Amino acid sequence: MQKLVVIGAGMASGRMLEHLFEAAPGAWDVTLFNAEPRGNYNRIMLSPVLSGEKSYAEIVTHDEAWYDTHGVTCRFGEKVVGIDRDRKVVIGEQGEVAYDKLVIATGSNPFIIPLPGHDLDGVIAYRDLDDTNRMIEAARPGARAVVIGGGLLGLEAAAGLRLRGMDVTVVHIMGHLMERQLDEAAGYLLRRALTDRGIEVCCSANSKEILGEDGKLRALKLDDGTELPCDLLVMAVGIRPSVALAKEAGLETGRGIQVDAQMHTSDPDILSLGECVEFDGQIFGLVAPLYDQAKVAAQTLTGEASEYIPREVSTKLKVTGCDLFSAGDFAEGEGREDIVFRDPARGVYKRLVLEGDRVIGAVMYGDVADGNWFYGLIKDGTDISEMRETLIFGPAFQGGASVDPMAAVAALPADAEICGCNGVCKGQIVAAIEAGATSLEAIKATTKASASCGTCSGLVEQVLAVTLGDDFVLPTAKPICACTDHPHEDVRRLIKAKELKSQPAVMQELGWKTSNGCHVCRPALNYYLLADWPLEYTDDPQSRFVNERNHANIQKDGTYSVMPRMWGGMTTPEELLAIAEAAKKYDATVKVTGGQRIDLLGIKKEDLPHIWADLNAAGMVSGHAYTKGLRTVKTCVGTDWCRFGTQDSTGLGIKLEKRLWGSWTPHKFKMAVTGCPRNCAEATCKDLGVVCVDSGFEISVGGAAGMELKETEPLAKVATEQEVIDISVAFLQLYRESANYLDRPYKWIAKTGGLEWIIAQVVDDLDNRAALIERFDISQSVYQKDPWAERATPQYERAWSPLADLTKEAAE
Amino acid sequence: MSWIDIGALEDIPVQGARVIKTKMGCVAVFRTADDAVFALSDRCPHKGGPLSEGIVHGHKVTCPLHNWVFSLETGEAQGADEGQVPTYDLRVEAGRLLIDASKLAAQSAA
Ligand code: SRM
Ligand SMILES: Cc1cc2nc3c(=O)[nH]c(=O)nc-3n(C[C@H](O)[C@H](O)[C@H](O)COP(=O)(O)OP(=O)(O)OC[C@H]3O[C@@H](n4cnc5c(N)ncnc54)[C@H](O)[C@@H]3O)c2cc1C
Ligand code: SF4
Ligand code: FES
Repeated sequence: MQKLVVIGAGMASGRMLEHLFEAAPGAWDVTLFNAEPRGNYNRIMLSPVLSGEKSYAEIVTHDEAWYDTHGVTCRFGEKVVGIDRDRKVVIGEQGEVAYDKLVIATGSNPFIIPLPGHDLDGVIAYRDLDDTNRMIEAARPGARAVVIGGGLLGLEAAAGLRLRGMDVTVVHIMGHLMERQLDEAAGYLLRRALTDRGIEVCCSANSKEILGEDGKLRALKLDDGTELPCDLLVMAVGIRPSVALAKEAGLETGRGIQVDAQMHTSDPDILSLGECVEFDGQIFGLVAPLYDQAKVAAQTLTGEASEYIPREVSTKLKVTGCDLFSAGDFAEGEGREDIVFRDPARGVYKRLVLEGDRVIGAVMYGDVADGNWFYGLIKDGTDISEMRETLIFGPAFQGGASVDPMAAVAALPADAEICGCNGVCKGQIVAAIEAGATSLEAIKATTKASASCGTCSGLVEQVLAVTLGDDFVLPTAKPICACTDHPHEDVRRLIKAKELKSQPAVMQELGWKTSNGCHVCRPALNYYLLADWPLEYTDDPQSRFVNERNHANIQKDGTYSVMPRMWGGMTTPEELLAIAEAAKKYDATVKVTGGQRIDLLGIKKEDLPHIWADLNAAGMVSGHAYTKGLRTVKTCVGTDWCRFGTQDSTGLGIKLEKRLWGSWTPHKFKMAVTGCPRNCAEATCKDLGVVCVDSGFEISVGGAAGMELKETEPLAKVATEQEVIDISVAFLQLYRESANYLDRPYKWIAKTGGLEWIIAQVVDDLDNRAALIERFDISQSVYQKDPWAERATPQYERAWSPLADLTKEAAE
Repeated sequence: MSWIDIGALEDIPVQGARVIKTKMGCVAVFRTADDAVFALSDRCPHKGGPLSEGIVHGHKVTCPLHNWVFSLETGEAQGADEGQVPTYDLRVEAGRLLIDASKLAAQSAA
């Protein structure tokens, strides 16, 4: 009998032995080493053991009787410490064994991030039964666990611990969960499902340090300073093939033990398989390919010709109730096409990636019934040209089911607010329709919904359509862009009604047709989200136009212009000297603008952080000349100097600018305060203008002097500066909350049906005015920061300069 | 082919770009939402806009100056516009970005 020694009694070697004993019973004298004090069990079922849904006994693959029957000498709980290839012996902790053939199946080791404190009591990995038992022991209800890693393993650990009653937080470094298996949209749905079952999820979160007390774990500290207290910390951040033994024995290793298609290592008498190997540059982390390898390895041992061919793998998450499936390659790519299906009402998302007439990848969430069918199409390379149109509906599709474009509205609960101005919710509208109001006008008359600013009329019409069915013909509003059927108004109101707080959330719930939007919808969504959820939403620079991303105006030659604020058009000799010096240092063209300040043109991108630092040092901040935000507040000299001046127009202009700067708005917002009706500051063609008169101040809004020329219309006449400031803030906030992206105030006012409604909101209703001001101030607590000061740092200097300079290399 | 290391994948923001300087002008190196990377000339064929400053969506970029849209894969202008941006071979290995310098050199000779 030939002597076969196997190192590692895991899932791969277990399967190989099954094949071997079947093909050549009695041909081998097998010795099986395992570092774990037990034989082969179904490792992937550890998660149900953790959650309590299964016991260890139920997941044992090979028991004592099995090893007996096949005459396997089991050396469990004994680690192999060396291989002597010259003498052909394996060295275990308890002694040597000689081999004719050797199989290395040592699997992989969980990766432990070497954070300070990683060796504290209470920090564990998730790999084997012992880890699982330690988690079960620590999982007292009410105790707290943190799981680092939002991949398959981390989430299964989190769900299991949660089922055992722990408070669980998942800390994930990437922007969405399971980023290697899921795209952003599916990641969002998964996150929502986990949050619903009480698991906290922090994405884009970087762990910094593990804190302890008397050698015992106390909390995880993130690099933003947050501390997450915990009694148990599970690190599930990835695995590394276990290669040390093979490497020491002088076998060729890369990331894993290198094997050929017959599973030979660089020594023909030594085979290797499982998670410890590297084949053709690939390493493995799921069992399906390992089972293929097991078959090949067994055939190689019995002398049968065979070849290992890697195939597509599919992933499912074993968390009861979170149905997701991913298979193949779902990256976008040359000549690839997406088919996306979303059913927001059911929380379903499906995406197929096609290349030519074949499906090459699939991601699905919520409804995974067809997953294996798609997986089959991917593996077999089936030509799907015949069924392309209906492919996404799966094998059962009979040619009838159509997708309901109004699903988002249909799914709103009765108490979802449709009309924000008048506080009308969906239920009231439905009741009115049932009572006989079957047109928009009738709804307006009976419920007041859409009777004010009118931005919800699209939604009201959709409620009509959903309720009346075919009896109502929906007027078509222009969608934002080709990525969606919804116009701006609907998206704005649905973001509020459904409390959507991220771009993937909006895209999923409102049925976006592309995976991540385009240059038209993304800036609009980014604005809506930051305006509606200033504290919850994080601004996304990649969804902004170049000027707002780089905080300077791009010029036609790719250089930038830099314009510091000059509050109310006032400056000082010191500021002018600093500007002059900066202009010389960075070789800028200097221009006095139409907005009462100075523009420095022709600055190179890599110089921006430097010129900002120089201007900051002289006390100047960004003029936001590049934003959809507050631009300038022009003033005239007023009572300080002018013989006609009635009020301190300069001072008021400065106060307004200091209050409002930094805020983002749907389009740019320009203001002016002028000292008398002679109007030297041109206040009557601004978005908001103030004309000072003897008895006080006349505020007017909705002017423009750009592509259209518009005189402002009167908003209010007030006696004090404070009222001017309050009404201006309230007006700006109302505009921020309800206008469409890229509508200047005059366009927004026209769409709301005139100034009447706005006057009621910001002038007459004092409580509402106060509420608008409060919301504005909350937003300013986040956004009134000088973007230049934040970016005049070494980190930005690097990010703003070229990644590499190849001007020398490329010449070779 | 001769591959040159130009930096780490992490140096490029997701859905963003950085430029590298070469003898033939700047080359924009893009990273998309699904972590694919592409290298294209940083000059828009329309009026020379810096494509590296455009909004990246899917495997496309929109020029920041006049909104032409280009495929990052082929460099071809999309929709009604006509134009072609030179592309370069780029790959990621162990988190490092490697660009094929032979094409950069070949073009400068031409
Ligand atoms: C610098 C300046 C011209 C100047 O040299 O004086 C200027 C320069 C530009 N204006 Fe302006 N506008 C400037 C005052 C104005 C004014 C006058 C004013 O504000 O008193 C107007 C008319 C008033 C108005 O806005 O209603 C004006 C109406 C526009 C428009 C048309 C807006 C509209 O709604 O019709 C645009 C296009 C746009 O925003 O879409 C525009 C766009 C631009 C852009 C940003 C074009 C662009 O997108 O690249 C120019 C940027 C050049 C740069 O890099 O600096 N600029 N622009 C002025 C800067 C003022 C400042 O200190 O911030
Ligand atoms: C919690 C969990 C859930 C999972 N879920 C899934 C899933 O849903 N789907 C899926 O496809 N995959 C899943 N996996 C991955 C799957 O379990 C592995 O791919 C598979 O077990 C690897 O098999 P292997 O034989 O290569 O290694 P292992 O099963 O790890 O076996 C290797 C064995 O070798 C032993 N060993 C190592 N070094 C030595 C030494 N020097 N001497 C002696 N013995 C040694 C180890 O103790 C170990 O028992 C999951 C893994 C875990 C931990
Ligand atoms: S008027 Fe036209 S050309 Fe002049 S700065 Fe304004 S946008 Fe540019
Ligand atoms: S320069 Fe790129 S679109 Fe005009």
